[in-house]
Amino acid sequence: MEKLFTKTTALTDKPFHYCPGCTHGIIHRLVAESIEELGLKDKAIGLAPVGCAVFANEYFNVDMQTTSHGRSPAIATGIKRALPDRIVFTYQGDGDLASIGCGEVNHAAVRGEKITTIFINNAIYGMTGGQAAPTTLLGQKTTTTPYGKDGDANGYPMKVCEMLAAHEGAYYLERVALWDTAHIIKAKKAIKKAFQYQAEGKGYCLIEVLGTCPTNWGCSPLEAFEWQKENMLPMYPLGVFKDKGGEE
Amino acid sequence: MEKTVLMKGNEAIAEAAIRAGCKVYFGYPITPQNEIPEYMAANLGKAGGTFVQTESELASISMLYGAGGTGERAMTSSSSIGIALMQEGISFMAGAQVPGVIVNMNRGGPGLGGIQASQGDYFQATKGGGNGDYYTLCLAPESIQEACDLVQLLFDLAQKYRQPVMMLGDGMIGQMMEPVCIKEPEQKEYDLSWATRGWDGVSRERAIINSHYPNPDDMVIQNGILQEKYRQMEAEEVRYEEYMCEDAETIMVAWGTVARICKSAIKSLRNQGVKAGLIRPISLYPFPYAILEEYAKKDQVKRFLTVEMCAGQMVEDVIIGTKSLKPIERLNKLGMMSHTPKEIADYVIELEAAEKEGK
Ligand SMILES: Cc1ncc(C[n+]2csc(CCOP(=O)(O)OP(=O)(O)O)c2C)c(N)n1
Ligand code: SF4
Repeated sequence: MEKLFTKTTALTDKPFHYCPGCTHGIIHRLVAESIEELGLKDKAIGLAPVGCAVFANEYFNVDMQTTSHGRSPAIATGIKRALPDRIVFTYQGDGDLASIGCGEVNHAAVRGEKITTIFINNAIYGMTGGQAAPTTLLGQKTTTTPYGKDGDANGYPMKVCEMLAAHEGAYYLERVALWDTAHIIKAKKAIKKAFQYQAEGKGYCLIEVLGTCPTNWGCSPLEAFEWQKENMLPMYPLGVFKDKGGEE
Repeated sequence: MEKTVLMKGNEAIAEAAIRAGCKVYFGYPITPQNEIPEYMAANLGKAGGTFVQTESELASISMLYGAGGTGERAMTSSSSIGIALMQEGISFMAGAQVPGVIVNMNRGGPGLGGIQASQGDYFQATKGGGNGDYYTLCLAPESIQEACDLVQLLFDLAQKYRQPVMMLGDGMIGQMMEPVCIKEPEQKEYDLSWATRGWDGVSRERAIINSHYPNPDDMVIQNGILQEKYRQMEAEEVRYEEYMCEDAETIMVAWGTVARICKSAIKSLRNQGVKAGLIRPISLYPFPYAILEEYAKKDQVKRFLTVEMCAGQMVEDVIIGTKSLKPIERLNKLGMMSHTPKEIADYVIELEAAEKEGK
């Protein structure tokens, strides 16, 4: 019989702990497949964030470091500067990257660190129980914006790709989504390109993936995608924000 | 290459680190240690290493964690306020067993304080400092030569124990100039099978640098491993100097540059026929408790005198070491100002006189 699909060997056999319908699992697979297909598995060093993906070190079948909350881009810098020919990637949520780690990610981009960041924007803090993130939308109810997020009181939604695009050192920035097969294929292409660029020694690459958190959004996985299209998409449009490598 | 030259402390320390094989250095400017990053910026690249000026000390220590986790020799340096910011990363390094060298030039505090020398960060350096149950191996030099020797030793101790290690100096060590002979130590090879360097899937287990243990059983095991390491350091890494203690009736205890001032005071006391000596802890963690107890038990020893450039922090370890078998006097300055040898000598004479009167 012809084998049509095998799970990538860049993931371990450990079952994911994520909630049903959470997009972390899909994103893990796309990252792992990209690493394996590019032949980078034995050079890869990954960083697990503080957030729902805190166990990523148990899922990615490569050398891994767990990190302090938000510091991954600095930690990755340390690894990359010590071993410049390795492939170093961070995997970060929007609390991790956009809030507490905002300084680290900006300066990694400013320095043009040759690392790859996979940024999961689910507009909320998942792990700690649904508090507001910098990416939380105006009017969105979270456990710390129980009456809906108010810009003047709680801040306005933060656009990470747009912000990082201002930095000369950022090489490739794209925002992708996972609603259907076509979008998943596109997301995979972007992630793979971000690793390819690193392998070629190019500058800082970040792929922002619009993720879902059905648990804390309080809806079903399918409703979550519908909510995302309706509410997140206008604030966080998909597309390439920077690609110094050319074909846009 | 190993010749004696006149050098500023901070620059000599940076050169000593380069010669000890430091491959990556991360630093953020802060006085009184700026010459370390500046020297690294000018010279580490030429020696085949990499210098990064970081955006903050949070980033410095995080980079040290990342680089240390590859097993490469890595270093950062800062002063008091910056070291305070680093406590998050130092705790993560301790928990995940990541080697790395941290140089701390203690300045005045709390808060922004001031740039002159102080010893007010003794507690922070020796009792953990960040969250959790850990220690940072900490060595304190009294001269530039010793600073160079200790920083080189620290690169080895970091690898040997897979530990964050610290050299605690002060603005005086950093800023003064002294003749120094910087060694070219042989670099020992360490097992790096634990390090994240990329995994071929066969030659070793997958490497994971980790301090996250959500399961209580695992956390207890991990903390047990750390504690075992601290007991080993306490058994093997205690370092101190005894100075004119054999017949001393007054034993001073002081570390760093203040200890040097004590030595001058002791010389002048000896000239006046006063039997004073000094125990100088070189390793602040692990602290040399045993030698203090030994002297505390001697009949000849009448008192201890702790001399510190802070309100008195090390004295707590002296109390533990001497088991309070003898009186412990204190001569402290609140930092940013150091004692003069005369002040110390006069104080000892006063103590002796007071005792005679009392009898
Ligand atoms: C210094 C520090 N502050 C706070 C926390 C608690 N904490 C753990 S996860 C988290 C939020 C993570 O949210 P996000 O990055 O959006 O990831 P998600 O869980 O949504 O995947 C917080 C605040 C921590 N571990 N460390
Ligand atoms: S809480 Fe949200 S982000 Fe976390 S695993 Fe569940 S669905 Fe995913």
